[in-house]
Amino acid sequence: MTLRDIINKLLGRQQASASTARERLQLVLAHDRSDLSPELLDQMRQEILEVVAKYVEIDMEEGAVSLETEDRMTALVANLPIKRPLPSLSSSTDD
Amino acid sequence: MATNTRIILICSGKGGVGKTTLTANLGIALARQGVRTAVLDADFGLRNLDLLLGLENRIVYTAQEVLEESCRLDQALVKHKQEPNLALLPAGNPRMLDWLKPDDMQRIVAMVAEQFDYVLIDCPAGVEDGFKNAVSASKEAIVVTNPEVSAVRDADRVIGLLNTHEIKPVHLVLNRVRPKMIASQEMLSVDDVTDILALPLLGLVLEDEQVIVSTNRGEPLTLTGSNSPAARCYSNIAKRMQGEDIPLIDPAKEGSGMRDKFRRLMQTKIF
Ligand SMILES: Nc1ncnc2c1ncn2[C@@H]1O[C@H](COP(=O)(O)OP(=O)(O)O)[C@@H](O)[C@H]1O
Ligand SMILES: [Mg+2]
Repeated sequence: MTLRDIINKLLGRQQASASTARERLQLVLAHDRSDLSPELLDQMRQEILEVVAKYVEIDMEEGAVSLETEDRMTALVANLPIKRPLPSLSSSTDD
Repeated sequence: MATNTRIILICSGKGGVGKTTLTANLGIALARQGVRTAVLDADFGLRNLDLLLGLENRIVYTAQEVLEESCRLDQALVKHKQEPNLALLPAGNPRMLDWLKPDDMQRIVAMVAEQFDYVLIDCPAGVEDGFKNAVSASKEAIVVTNPEVSAVRDADRVIGLLNTHEIKPVHLVLNRVRPKMIASQEMLSVDDVTDILALPLLGLVLEDEQVIVSTNRGEPLTLTGSNSPAARCYSNIAKRMQGEDIPLIDPAKEGSGMRDKFRRLMQTKIF
């Protein structure tokens, strides 16, 4: 974020278009480079959440699985806030 | 064959970003430095390189007749009168697209490479057959793009394809850069584009009305010794290709008035 972006934000103005271009490009290239359609990504996101939910209680609202790209490397980034371990699991390890 | 001939594809994905203009200007600039340079028009559908070089009235034979063996290569090559180190191999009839294969392209480029130090191939837009034929005959590439989302996205696609064809090195030329728009953050900056595409920058070319004037005349800017902004950029790129260490123009540092200083302050990255 630049000084101009901050001033624009304070004044409730639109951000300068170069930042918008940068953000949009980063997103579209992450998809282009991985060759994943939005539907496939969505399906994958759903399945990842289901797998993780077997082990820990996660905040389904806050959870995000997205593609990020840097230096021509694309990464699948999952950010899943954990509420607490599932009670059933922690008790079973005590046995 | 001259094994160290540099065979460089000039490509972009998107059309109209400045490939042909760059090819013509680099061809002349390299020839002026005393290296034997051939420019090859691989844009068979929409040939223009002859026009930008002012050679359109001197074409007798083209790549097509050479491939059909109805003329010799040296009969088809059009030597530039003022810069005899430069020759153009014109594109044939657009119908060549119906039968031209990567093999044909490799054959003709190999023939040209025997007599020259540099072969610059002006690539057609797109990523279909015309592009694939041209890639198959190239060793290195220059990707040309503009600081605009569609041009950068298409360049990214082309870079991916060049990587799978094991073309290297691949360099970037950022064309039509407008320092004022970058300063007011209404245009992607040079760093933005090189970060996103992750390619080494061979040079940038400033937006310049003189480019249009020079194409009207069929005299590339590097031919007339012009000192216009784009002319300086093109000859800097040619020097870098020859291994000279020429610093990049920093568009953010163009201008030193109060206004420019204020613009720079506003560009300061806070976080
Ligand atoms: N640096 C520049 N400044 C101004 N106009 C330019 C510049 N580079 C290219 N142009 C213009 O852009 C148009 C497309 O250029 P061209 O070289 O034919 O692109 P391409 O071969 O990629 O299709 C032409 O009209 C040309 O004059
Ligand atoms: Mg062209």
